[in-house]
Amino acid sequence: MTFSPGLEARFADLLTHYPEGRHRGALIPMLMYAQDEVGAITPDLMAELAARLGISVLQVDEVVGYYSMLHKKPQGKYHVQICTNVACMLLGGAELYEQACTRLGVGHKQTQASGRFSLEEVECIGACSWAPAIQVNYDFHHDVTPAKLDEILDGLQ
Amino acid sequence: MRLYNPPSPLETKVVSKRFGMENSWKLDTYLATGGFEGFKKAMAMSCDEVINEVKASSLRGRGGAGFPTGMKWGFVPRNTDAPKYVVVNADESEPGTCKDRLLMEHDPYLLIEGILIAAKAVGASKGWIYIRGEYRYLVDHIDAVLKEAYQRGYMGKNIAGTGFDFDLYTQIGAGAYECGEESALLESLEGKRGVPRIRPPFPAVSGAFQAPTVLNNVETFCAVPDILRNGGKWFADLGTPKNGGTRMVCLAGHVNKPGVYEVPLGMNMMYFINEIGGGMRGGKKMKALIPGGSSCPLLTADECDIAMDYDSMAKAGTMLGSGGMMVMDEDTDMVKVALRIMRFYKHESCGWCIPCREGTTWLQKMLARIVDGNGATRDIDLIGDLAKNMLGRTFCPLGDAAAMPTISIVEKFRPEFEAYVAKNPFASSELVQVA
Repeated sequence: MTFSPGLEARFADLLTHYPEGRHRGALIPMLMYAQDEVGAITPDLMAELAARLGISVLQVDEVVGYYSMLHKKPQGKYHVQICTNVACMLLGGAELYEQACTRLGVGHKQTQASGRFSLEEVECIGACSWAPAIQVNYDFHHDVTPAKLDEILDGLQ
Repeated sequence: MRLYNPPSPLETKVVSKRFGMENSWKLDTYLATGGFEGFKKAMAMSCDEVINEVKASSLRGRGGAGFPTGMKWGFVPRNTDAPKYVVVNADESEPGTCKDRLLMEHDPYLLIEGILIAAKAVGASKGWIYIRGEYRYLVDHIDAVLKEAYQRGYMGKNIAGTGFDFDLYTQIGAGAYECGEESALLESLEGKRGVPRIRPPFPAVSGAFQAPTVLNNVETFCAVPDILRNGGKWFADLGTPKNGGTRMVCLAGHVNKPGVYEVPLGMNMMYFINEIGGGMRGGKKMKALIPGGSSCPLLTADECDIAMDYDSMAKAGTMLGSGGMMVMDEDTDMVKVALRIMRFYKHESCGWCIPCREGTTWLQKMLARIVDGNGATRDIDLIGDLAKNMLGRTFCPLGDAAAMPTISIVEKFRPEFEAYVAKNPFASSELVQVA
């Protein structure tokens, strides 16, 4: 499996971060950065990283299964994550999630057939004082209102 | 860099003093405003002197547990040639908490200087800042800052001409609340599932890659440079006895001016909410609040006339926690709050310990049943009993974190549970199913 030169350079740098013989520490960052490029954690990607780190595919798989941001299926071009945890819930986060479900026509962890949008109801994303908050891919949006949510989604067509 | 909320004139700014300054994250800004003075002072001191200064400051961990920082550093063994490490917990995932994000965004060199002082105090050679995956923009931000630090001689070999060597890296997480627990974080740093380790040995003796490790929250490290610069006593005097300094409080919920504010430890909670937070939204009355992240027992409005320091909060039966304060008005449905909190812990339980894995699952089912109108009278007691049975029976505090708010909500807002159950005509029937 080949990656972009930028990602290869990032991997090479990562492997220098850990003590001698403990480069398995690079696994989770490698999965996160590779996922951004490949689009999902594919079987090929798991085999490739397992080979590079000298661990079994199963050891990679059990890590992938544990972390909520690692996904084996591709997400939409815009992955809309709506927080409904307490701080956001108090100020309308759950209603925003319902609004997004209706508008996008998909539910939790589902992707539109067109591949444009996917939706996820997420736990606290660390924007509690500016609730309700959402993330689209890695971008935060704070103090979201129903009108603002429409505006954000309109801008991503 | 833009501020997320306007500051309040009633704040005491120590770790947030560079917030809003132009180019606050640049080395030149940092150096022009007293940066690295604490580090240089520390370099002229012995390891013991540095640790004693931190002990004198009464600085306690800002991540949630409130353990005295100087004491924690003192547990790292001396007279060993084995490598030692510094790990920063920037996994900030406790619901209600959004302060470490601002510290890393606005003043990353403050964190870096705090890490270097800790490294000097224990003789560490390498460190990692473990940042939650959702804060990807901060990983890129800190990576850029570290690049500048290396280029300018403030990281790597012979730091700032002092002869001290240290390497610092970012480590991105991938979405797991449990990785904010220190031993699970260390497992994750080693490329594994984030499940807790059996302790002892504690990280100070066997931490990252089984080496002695200092592990603290972002805000804790950020307090250290000014402690060295101005002296431990100066910092201690800002707070109350045994509760030194200031802390960041993340105010959220039904208040007029939610935001992250830095206040001295010991400030009265109602004063904080009314004077800094602008009081309740829409003229409503306050019903309850979660004082420091959703793991803390709730307080009713009547219980909030207390000092915000670790010991006063413990006396009131709750915790200062991670500083995530969520205020709820009179219209808030506390049963739904209890359910939402439990849904979170059920989702985040790593599954390692049965009381937590099963306890959170069953508590969520019972709370959902009540909200759905199918609850039985006996469920209310059962929720309390089950939660109490989880306390202290797990390797890490996630089980306790799920149980504590639940117990407090059932005890303090029992009539709300009873009102839900009263709508179920079969509520007192023995035939109502238990699951």
